[in-house]
Amino acid sequence: MSQGIPSSLVAGRPAAALLVRTRADRRRSLVNSAFQGVALLAAVACVVPLGALVTFVVMNGAGALNLDLLTRPTRALGLGGGAAAAILGSLQIVPIAAVIAAPIGVLAALYTVEFSGRRTATLIRFAADVMVGIPSILIGIFAFALFVLPFHQFNALAGSLALAIIMVPVVMRTTEESLRLVPGSLREASLALGVPMWRTALSVVLRTGLSGVAAGLMLAVARAAGETAPLIFTAFGNQLINVGGLGKPMDALPLFIFVNARQPYEAQNSQAWGAALLLLLFVLAVNVIVRGRAGRRNSR
Amino acid sequence: MAIDAAQPETPGAPEGRQNPQGRPPPETEETAVAGHAPGVRHAPGVGHSPELRPGVQRLPIAVGPGPGDLTDGAAASEATAGLLEVRHLNAYYGTFRAIRDVDLSIRPNAVTALIGPSGCGKTTFLRTLNRMHELVPGATVQGTIELDGVDVYGSNIDPVRLRRVMGMVFQRPSPFPTMSIYDNVVAGLRLTGRHQRSELDAVVERSLRRAALWDEVKDKLRENGMSLSGGQQQRLCIARALAVGPEVLLMDEPASALDPIATLRIEELIAELKQSYTIVIVTHNMQQAARVSDRTAFLTMGEDRAGYLVEVDETSRIFTNPRERLTEDYVSGRFG
Ligand SMILES: Nc1ncnc2c1ncn2[C@@H]1O[C@H](COP(=O)(O)OP(=O)(O)OP(=O)(O)O)[C@@H](O)[C@H]1O
Ligand SMILES: [Mg+2]
Repeated sequence: MSQGIPSSLVAGRPAAALLVRTRADRRRSLVNSAFQGVALLAAVACVVPLGALVTFVVMNGAGALNLDLLTRPTRALGLGGGAAAAILGSLQIVPIAAVIAAPIGVLAALYTVEFSGRRTATLIRFAADVMVGIPSILIGIFAFALFVLPFHQFNALAGSLALAIIMVPVVMRTTEESLRLVPGSLREASLALGVPMWRTALSVVLRTGLSGVAAGLMLAVARAAGETAPLIFTAFGNQLINVGGLGKPMDALPLFIFVNARQPYEAQNSQAWGAALLLLLFVLAVNVIVRGRAGRRNSR
Repeated sequence: MAIDAAQPETPGAPEGRQNPQGRPPPETEETAVAGHAPGVRHAPGVGHSPELRPGVQRLPIAVGPGPGDLTDGAAASEATAGLLEVRHLNAYYGTFRAIRDVDLSIRPNAVTALIGPSGCGKTTFLRTLNRMHELVPGATVQGTIELDGVDVYGSNIDPVRLRRVMGMVFQRPSPFPTMSIYDNVVAGLRLTGRHQRSELDAVVERSLRRAALWDEVKDKLRENGMSLSGGQQQRLCIARALAVGPEVLLMDEPASALDPIATLRIEELIAELKQSYTIVIVTHNMQQAARVSDRTAFLTMGEDRAGYLVEVDETSRIFTNPRERLTEDYVSGRFG
């Protein structure tokens, strides 16, 4: 058999004649370039908003991001002050939500990957996917009805629970993805040593997929930290610093932005920008850390 | 022994420590190994007291008290420990029969090789022995498999416990990637809660020595198991299987992913290990079967693609003068 050149080329006409570019070839390459161009434009349109948004927030918020914003509580009527109440509030509401959501999401993922039948797994995964798509304002109302109304009191814990509801399916799905990547051979190796199923799930499968699980959890935290709607009806917001008063209203960064951006006072607006920049930096940092690490892992 | 079996998973309580089956103490076994195989290396000062060597203790595998103890009864003498009797074994994946009516008796302290064309059910057969087969959804087994006279599919047998008595080594080395070499070796003990911290060092050294890996890794026990070469990883997996103290070692093409030198080391290792264990090895490599095994079982598959046993005999006979025409064709390379 002749190497390289297909025999059909060799058989009839001389091969060289078949290689000359025809008009059809030229048209094809034109269509090809046009298509590539359009796709490139779409790709640019995909990236531009992020760049624009970051630039915009940095330009407006950089001036307001100072020590006062970080350390002073809010003062009324445009008298200045800072976002300390909101920062401290977010630092409580979000971690509590994560502590509630992480075990539920991780164990649910472990259940679907390790223990459930295929149909149950599909069902659970479907439910989680639907849940991810539920508008967060609905989750806010739901949490309001469940955790606020009965107590006649806006409270921070209701905010954490609302955020936890948002985080659970995200954590569950990312965990599931990373657990499915754990090779079955490790599972088998463990079971063949006489390690019980539950212990294999925890100490081999989960442990092997742990970095992926942690990444998913961090992304869920970043997502929850910026959620506003679920907090409006639950944690509500608070001009005073509230540390530890989970049964009381509490401020949070997104609420702070929401409230202050709508004030008629310049000082308030600028604080909202400062808080927005803070939130943006946090979310960007988490994403860079997580995706950077994931990238390194994949390229290894 | 009833007491032993009644407390299945007490953490920190090394089971079988009292050696309740009236067997000779483990030293005897060790001495026997040394006596028969001059090549076996021993750690000076290691493994001479039963307390230091929980790994080689025979473990009762029954879930509850009663006659389920695998090491019970007449078969409990050291000479026959690890005897496997397979009768009328059928294995299914859903409705597909992968193994048809296999009768096979597997001798203790010897190497039995399973050979046969790809897809004839060698792996499936091996996995029915330690009940890994039933982990596949829809997979079932019919027939009996007795280890030292006890039906391993009996209702009083816990498969998790059974697998500690029948260790398995897979085709691809599969060290746990999150664990160090040390942690890999003791993984089976740690994850089953059957260890005392003070014993682990001794278990690691003894298992690695038995797996002929100690000298190569003794200075880097804390390094990741994945940092080893493929052949070293496979010996690490063998050490890991030995550390839980099995009687039987099931090896599924343990050297097929390795280069010839690493393969040779594994084969030498198998020759040493058979002094203390019943070994069943699946291999596609005829020379390997001829080199390492005492007996060879030839399986092939019928028209319904179900694997069956053609014959089992002394390895020398299988490769020189087999009874069956099919076997002769296969070992001489005329088919398969
Ligand atoms: N998980 C499974 N589900 C369904 N069928 C399976 C499964 N594993 C194996 N089989 C089938 O069972 C039969 C025996 O497979 P097995 O892996 O035991 O063969 P083998 O002799 O080990 O082959 P090889 O030499 O290629 O490893 C094959 O027909 C295979 O397709
Ligand atoms: Mg196989």
